Amino acid sequence: MMLIPCPFCGPRNEDEFTCWSEEVPRPAEPSSLSDTEWVDYVYKHRNPKGRVQEQWWHARGCRRWILVERDTLTHEIASVTLAAR
Amino acid sequence: MQRFSFLSLLRNALRYQRGWQRMWRNPEPKRRYDVVIIGGGGHGLGAAYYLAKEHGIRNVAVLERGWLGGGNTARNTMTIRSNYIRPPSVPFHEGSMALYRELSRELNYNLMVGRRGMIAFLQGTAAARTAARMANTMHVYGAKYEFIDVEEIERRVPAFRPPARPRLPLLGGVCQPDAMMARHDALAWGFARMADALGVDIIQNCEVTGIRRDGKRVTGVDTSRGRIDAGKVGMAVAGHGSVVAEMAGIRLPIEVQPLQAWVSEPVKPVLDQILVFSGYGCYMMQSDKGELVIGGPTDPYPSYAQRGTFSIIEQVTAAVLEMFPAFARMKLLRHWAGMLDIVYDGSPIISKTPLDGFSVDVAGAGGFKTTPMAARMHAWLIAKDEPHELIRSFGLERFERGRLVIEGGVSFNR
Repeated sequence: MMLIPCPFCGPRNEDEFTCWSEEVPRPAEPSSLSDTEWVDYVYKHRNPKGRVQEQWWHARGCRRWILVERDTLTHEIASVTLAAR
Repeated sequence: MQRFSFLSLLRNALRYQRGWQRMWRNPEPKRRYDVVIIGGGGHGLGAAYYLAKEHGIRNVAVLERGWLGGGNTARNTMTIRSNYIRPPSVPFHEGSMALYRELSRELNYNLMVGRRGMIAFLQGTAAARTAARMANTMHVYGAKYEFIDVEEIERRVPAFRPPARPRLPLLGGVCQPDAMMARHDALAWGFARMADALGVDIIQNCEVTGIRRDGKRVTGVDTSRGRIDAGKVGMAVAGHGSVVAEMAGIRLPIEVQPLQAWVSEPVKPVLDQILVFSGYGCYMMQSDKGELVIGGPTDPYPSYAQRGTFSIIEQVTAAVLEMFPAFARMKLLRHWAGMLDIVYDGSPIISKTPLDGFSVDVAGAGGFKTTPMAARMHAWLIAKDEPHELIRSFGLERFERGRLVIEGGVSFNR
């Protein structure tokens, strides 16, 4: 069970959030990418054992998108910031 | 290898059980093997067994970080079924079921395979429509899948009474009468024993720490017990696919998610079928030991922690108790989480990779039911350097070509 410190609402139960995906920067010019590069962007993520940055959505709270830096082994949360987008 | 039979049981009973031998050796790793398999669970040991048996490649090592079958082979809910919806999936899973039916005899090892049958409760019209489509697909490939009404469910599952005020309407059920349960540990042990007898080295407590490459070709592995050279390397780990593939400089389209299950105290036989509550995303069965085995959907976020989030336990237990209020007073004995390398389309990856000589076998969703077939196909791929007809659709290149084999029950289908 994780308590996620939402920058807007404060510490909230993980059930209020939806984990969307690993944060992968969107390519600036998608049309210039090869199929392989596009597949890497869409599907082939790091999926690391350890520290990862993810997009979460506070769906049952303030409904803000946030970036959560989290350890996938210990579930320790290092930082939470509002997503820019 | 000592063969098991009624006579050998009798003979050893008369000799105070002192005549049994170890089921496999515990060898020191050699400097070089033709093939090294990473992962000593069902998939890895199976691949080694089929390499030795069907392709005559016996200079093989299986490297296991912990002990045999101690990873996710020990952490599944031992269900074997083939209710899938895409044309490449059904023959693959049906083939796996056919292998399971013969495997105890072939391995001379009792896998305790029981034909239990599985009933999926149809909760709502959407579920019924999906089931109808699935039934048609399965029918084409010869898998049995029958529709039954609520009265028939009550007849077949005497412990069940339709709840008076269910959250979701129960319209009926679909039954796969050939669905099975098997002893999961025995699968790993049976494969290990036979592979060992065929000359495969099974090396436990040997963690792979690196994958050696010479340009575009794999040349061996670094392990906690030293360097081992290999002509080919096959990866058959579950829950750590990304970690091992990264050593080879490869990224796989997978995400690791825990799948939890828990069991009650053992009770007398009350359920002989595997029950799936599709609307609630959970299932229940009774093991041979008498425990009620309850499981739910995967956890809602990636984790390597091998434990689960509590909300799943709460949500699933509530759903099960809605269907079976009588079980409310049962005590839970054990709880665990298996790690699934979930592929984005929910189907297996049994494939060559951009690194020559390095192949991967990733289960895609739960991998117990596919173990014999996936292992056999992986062995074929390693031996012949090209995929068997049955796994043409399960290569890594499907993502580039946009030919995903999207299966239900996977969280990525949103």
